[in-house]
Parts: sequence; structure tokens; C-alpha cells
Amino acid sequence: MAGAGFFLTGINSVLPLPAWAATAAQGLATHEIKDRYDLTVGYAPLTIDGRQSRATAINGTVPAPLIRLREGDFINLNVTNELDDDSSIHWHGILVPFPMDGVPGINFKGIPPGDTYHYKYRLKQAGTYWYHSHSRFQEQTGMYGPLIIEPREPEPFKYQRDHVVVLSDWAFEDPETIFRNINLAGDYYNFQRRTVGDFFDEVSRKGLGDAIADRAAWGKMRMMPVDLADVTGHAYTYLMNGNSPDMNWTGLFEPGETIRLRFINASAMSTFDVRIPGLDMTVVMVDGKPVKPVEFHEFRIGVAETYDVLVRPTAEQAFTIFAESLDRSGFARGTLAPEANMTAAVPALRPRPVRDLADIGMGMMDDMQPGDEWDGPDGKKEMKKGGMKKMPSMKGMKEGDTAVPGPNGPTPFKPDKSNTNVAMVISNPQDRLGEPGIGLGDDGWKVLTYKDLRSAAPQPYKAEIDREMTINITANMERYMFSFDGKKFSEHDGPYLFKHNERLRLWMVNHTMMEHPIHLHGMWMQLENGGSNDEIPFKHTVLVKPGEKLAVRITPIEKGDWAFHCHLLYHLEAGMFQVMRVA
Amino acid sequence: MKNWTAAIFAVLPLATFATHAVWADERTGEVPNAAITAPLPEDYDDTPAPPPEGKAIRKMAVDEPGKAAGNFGTLPVQDDGIFATLVFDRFEHRFKDGPDMALWDLTGWVGEDYNKLYIESEGTADTEKGGVEEAELELLYGRNIASFWDLQAGLRHDFIPSKADRDFLAFGVQGLAPYWFEVDATAYISDDGDVSAIVEVEYSMRLTQRLYLQPRFETSLALQTVEAYNIGSGVNGFELGLRMGYEIIRRFAPYIGVEWEQNVGSTKNMLEKAGEDTSKTAAVAGLRFWF
Repeated sequence: MAGAGFFLTGINSVLPLPAWAATAAQGLATHEIKDRYDLTVGYAPLTIDGRQSRATAINGTVPAPLIRLREGDFINLNVTNELDDDSSIHWHGILVPFPMDGVPGINFKGIPPGDTYHYKYRLKQAGTYWYHSHSRFQEQTGMYGPLIIEPREPEPFKYQRDHVVVLSDWAFEDPETIFRNINLAGDYYNFQRRTVGDFFDEVSRKGLGDAIADRAAWGKMRMMPVDLADVTGHAYTYLMNGNSPDMNWTGLFEPGETIRLRFINASAMSTFDVRIPGLDMTVVMVDGKPVKPVEFHEFRIGVAETYDVLVRPTAEQAFTIFAESLDRSGFARGTLAPEANMTAAVPALRPRPVRDLADIGMGMMDDMQPGDEWDGPDGKKEMKKGGMKKMPSMKGMKEGDTAVPGPNGPTPFKPDKSNTNVAMVISNPQDRLGEPGIGLGDDGWKVLTYKDLRSAAPQPYKAEIDREMTINITANMERYMFSFDGKKFSEHDGPYLFKHNERLRLWMVNHTMMEHPIHLHGMWMQLENGGSNDEIPFKHTVLVKPGEKLAVRITPIEKGDWAFHCHLLYHLEAGMFQVMRVA
Repeated sequence: MKNWTAAIFAVLPLATFATHAVWADERTGEVPNAAITAPLPEDYDDTPAPPPEGKAIRKMAVDEPGKAAGNFGTLPVQDDGIFATLVFDRFEHRFKDGPDMALWDLTGWVGEDYNKLYIESEGTADTEKGGVEEAELELLYGRNIASFWDLQAGLRHDFIPSKADRDFLAFGVQGLAPYWFEVDATAYISDDGDVSAIVEVEYSMRLTQRLYLQPRFETSLALQTVEAYNIGSGVNGFELGLRMGYEIIRRFAPYIGVEWEQNVGSTKNMLEKAGEDTSKTAAVAGLRFWF
């Protein structure tokens, strides 16, 4: 095809890794900032730990090329599809005009085989982002890469060197096979189930009565307290910048430097807990937006989130970057070192956690009902603003909408009894933003929580809330049906409606027993985590814990249709997906 | 509706071509950066430009009432896929007093989340004389009626070499009861109007991540006496089994176990008159596997 000669790689001239992800990397400073990238999607062989398989790769590499851009530039991204199937690329977290967002069936028709799609838009933001395919399971098979936007104005923190750290999960199995397996047997990849031996351990620790009561409560719900990840290390090799733990990606540094690590979780299904033994980390950016620095030792990164942390190694030694999967079935590992080929000790995996009934909001806690007197997420009563006009009733707007600024709390969820999509309804969801999450917090070191995040970026949106809306995260995991408000994507009667430039408080309530990274395209979600209106952090993806209720503030700034979904790839393909129409 | 959408697609590129050149100016008042490093491929499809600030969005597709939002004639996710599976739950040899026996018990289905077509078969063969002793085949439609339950309705056909075949209407439920009991309960009406039922319950206990212990209970009941087939009214009998298997992979587990079959009530008396065993104990060895 015309222009093909221009593109960097064909199918056969394949580098195993892009230059930026090569081991003994110097950092990003040497990487050119451009405003035009030509990307070609094609099949490419990929060898990991001596096993070969086939990837859907961008310019022949997994991860995809590093895209480094400058804020304010008008950029051109030309994506050519050489696959046999339709493809697409979504620029994750980037505010773009509606036809540039890259979700087939929502923003455009997809890129048919042989075609080129010309993405072009002006960058209105800076920071650490990523891009990936939004077509079926192509993201699982390698279509993801970092997208870094250098700011026009200096950032509120200083560093001498930066490295991108892309975490991902590679499967040698065909993703269609994985999807089928977990549809037919939800625990297909779970080799950490509770055994009879575990039961006797519990009896000796907690006593027979408690051990039986716990089993009975979970058994009654037909749910497993060790159902932590649908796809585990049994199927996955966890990668750091495309390197397996044995390949050991290494980022170089000079002792005494401040290093900025741009963590991106580009996994299909894996939540990671990241730490660097021997180094304190300071978070300075989350999801591409600066936050006030907070020091900590470990953080959980949900799928599609990004965290920029600063580390200051002063010693002439190597440090292990250790990213354990949430279910402790494996880890991604890399090294920070002054020289190539230096290594540090790799910690052991911690034991896999067991969910508590309280973890899914079924403990005995405050039984808050919507409408109860509640201090606002800001910690103070919010004043009702006078003169708030009643929203006109629109198709797709949900019950419980009121004109008051609230917070009113989530609307109670009362699904139809015959709705087999909903295996569990949590009647008293909890505020859990201050919790580090399952399996974390008991190691004697500080774990970052959502409650610690305070935005260091200006607040562009108004403080008054125009409207509240609730979305329930629901599932029937036994049948692998995932949904919002008890409806799979295909069962919804059209999109949910957002009003252009309204200030919306969106409640999300998780009625499942798993963490879901919920991603909203095309606009920011600002997490009400106790900070003042000027400090609530910007998020493009929020990891919602089991049994949790939380609220985000949204200003829909671009008209059009936008995707809203769980970023666990197999959950979104199983129906946890909806369209938000901004009009 | 389809044609209308197609017409929009056809016109879109033209509209795009007209607005493309002025887009950047309208949005930002600036000219796009000049520093484009190489000419664009000649054959790329240019993309529709968004409307200027303040103007209504150009609808890309017309929503179909009552349907999920999907533009451009395609859907963003396919969440109603069809799966098919075939599970050999028991495929075993029974070592017992008298002639040994082989048994199969399989379930297959094809369908999506709510509607499935089931095929179920169970039967025994005499391994010494050879040949099928008895076999039943069921074809059922299953509808997901509760989170963990399917309601089933369909047909059953029994093949019995020494007697006339029988046909039944079948109605049942299959699913997962609280505390992880797998239940399959089906009632049958034969072509002569005789009513009977079979209830099967299985439970799986993990000894290790791959080694499991599986108790199994089955009972059959009848409303009428059907002498030709040695069926008495009331409880006909029950089976208790205990199998221990090892999942070499999730889909393939060899197992060993014991099975005790006991007939009771009038069925027992009828079978005794016919000179047949009414209490059978067997050691079993078999395979559990699925596709």
C-alpha cells in the first residue's frame, strides 16, 4: 500500500522490544518529542522466556512505541491496520473531540483491515498517559504503549531523569480461549482456592464455630472469598516494559539523582501492588494530573491507572521494582541500577489474601440510608445553592435525580427480582477510600490510598453541583455476566445522558466482590475523597473496591458519545460497558 | 433504519472534506503546527471533523429505540456471545460382583447467557458381554430464571435393548444451590402418562488445588407402578458415590471412587422377583473431562 515504505517496521523485521523499553534504559530525555506518529498494527512474533507466540503489535513491538508529545501541539497520529480484523486505538485519558476517541461503534466505525485512520487533535493537557486498542482482545495481545505529554509550563516538582514503567500481563493462550474458559468455569485459572487443609488451619486459629460460619456465609452466596482475579499467574507472565521477571528490565540512574518513574498499568486483567524495597516513593502525579507530594512505600495500581512517583536512590546499588499481582499469583519485576546487569534481591510473594465479609460490605457497620444526614465528602455540610433549576426529564436519566446539590448519597438499588444479572445487592455500601485494599496495609509500611491524593492542578470547573446520578456496578460472576445497573451493554435502552457542561456528582456503588477499575472517556472524574473542591484529584480510571460507594464530580466538556466501562478487558467484553451521551 | 445509517456514512466523508481545512481555525484560532515530518499516506481515510464550539453534535447514527447505543452500524463490545461445551462428568469403569460395567454421564450445551440448548446422556454398558445395557438421551431447552438456576424443558428417550424404548416429556431445574451443591432435578411424563423424577446432587471439596473429593447423591422416584420396567411407585432407589480426582489440567481429571446403588420399596421387590441385584457396590475408575 502507498506509504507503507515509510512506516518503521513491517511484519518480519521485528525488534523484540521498542528502544525505550530495552533494558539498561537511560530514560526518556533522549527520546524525541514529535507531533506526528505513524503507527502500523500488524501480527508480529513475540518471544518471552523462550516461548514464542504471536502478538498484535504496533510497529512490530510489544509494548508499542513510546509516543512523546508536547502540550498545546496539534498532533497527527496515523494508524494503519494490517491485521485481518478491524482495529482501533484509544488515547487513554486524553481529552479529545468525539471522533478522535477511538472506540468502534461509539466514536467511529473502527479501522478496517488495510485502512489508515487519521487521528488529529490539539493537546490540552500534559502528563503520563497510554494508548491501546479498543477492539475485542487486541489489547491483551500486545496493543498498548505509553503516551507522554511534556508540559508547556514547568511541573510543580523536579527530577533529573524519568523512566516509563509499563506493567502488563502476557498470555500465551488465545484470549478468546481465556474468555471461554472463564465463562464456562469462573475459577478456571484460580489455583489458590481454599482447601480442606485451609479449613483446619482456620479452625485452629478462629475456632470451629467461626470457621464454619465463614464458610457457610460465603457458601450461601455461592461466592469464593479467594476469587481475587479471573485470570491469574497460571495463564499470565507479568511484564515490566515488555520484560518478564527473568528478563529483568533495568532502568539506569546516577546515585543522588531524583528519578521520576511513570508507572502505567497496561494490563488486561491484573491489578498490581508496587514497591521498591529500600526506596521511599513520593507520588507527584496520578492519571496524568499533578498531585501534592505524599510519601509512601507501596501503592496499588488498578488496570489503566497511571502513577508518577519520585525516588531518590543515593547509594551505588541496585533496587528491585516489585509489582505483585493482587491475588499474589505472580509478579512483574525490574531493576533500577547505576549500571546494567546489577540486580537486587527479589522479595517473596506474600500469601494470597482472603476476603472478609466486611470486605464486600456485608459486615456489621453503619447502616446508612440515602437521604440520611451526611457530612459532605469535603468534610463539611455543603450549602444548598438557591435557584438551582430542575433538570428537565430526559430519556435515560435515572430515578432519584434531584435538583439539589446534595450529597444525597447513592440511590438505593432495587433490581427486578427476575434479573439474573445481579447475584448480589449490597444494601449498606461503605466509604472505603481510606483503605489500602485487600491484602495491603499489614506489612508495617505506608500504603498509598485514594484518600491521600490532593490535586496540585488548578480546578477548572465550578464548585456547585447541578445533579446527582448513581451507577451500580453489578455482576453474576458464576455465569460471567457483568453489567451496570443490572444490565449488560446490549440490554441497555440507549445511552445514559449527561448535559453539556453540567456539574454532575456520579455515585458508583460496587455490588460485586471484586475490584473494578471504572474508566470514563472524554472527561475527567474528580474523586470526592475528602479534599476541598480545589484539591479533589482528577482521575480517568477509578478502582472501586467491593462493597464500596464513592462519588466523582464530572463536567462533560465535549459533546458526543463517550464510553464508560470497567477496564478489566474480559469484564467489559462481558457487558460492563455503557455509553454516556453528552448533549 | 439500516439504509438510512448507510446513507449517512456515504455522505459523511464529503461533509468532512469540506470542513477539514478550516477546523483548526474554528477551534483554536491557530494554524496546525507546520512541522509534519513526512507526507501523509495518499490513501488514508480522513476523519470527520467535530463541530465548532457551541454547535450541536452531528449525530453519527440514529439510535434504535429500546436498543443499546451503537453507532456506525457496529457495537463496541459483544457481550452476548454464544458458547458451547461438552462435559463428561462421569466416564468410568465399575468393578463389582458379577459382570463389570461401564458408565457414561455427559452434558453438553450451546447457547448464550439466558437461553441454552442442552443435550444430556447417561447409560451403562456390560463390558464383559459387550453392548449397551440401558441408555437415556435428553434434549432440553434451558432458560436462565435465577442467577444460579436454569429451568429446563424437553424430551427424553430411553434405549433398552431387551424391551421397548420409552419416550418422555421432561421438566426440570439445573443449577447451583446455596453452599455450592450442584443440583439437577427433572420430572418426566412417559408416553403412557407415568410420572417419575430423578434428582442428582454433587458437591466438590478441594483437598489440594488439583485433588478433589466429590460426593454424589442420586435418587429416582415414581408416581405409578410400571411393571414392565420394574418400577414401583414411591422411591425406587438411590445411589451414593464418592470420587477422588486429580485435575492434571482443569479440563481433564482421572478419578477413582466407590459407588453404592440400593433399590428400595416395591421396586426392590419387583427386581428381586426378576432375579436382579437390588444392592450393588462397585469400585470405580474413570475420567472427568470437558471440551
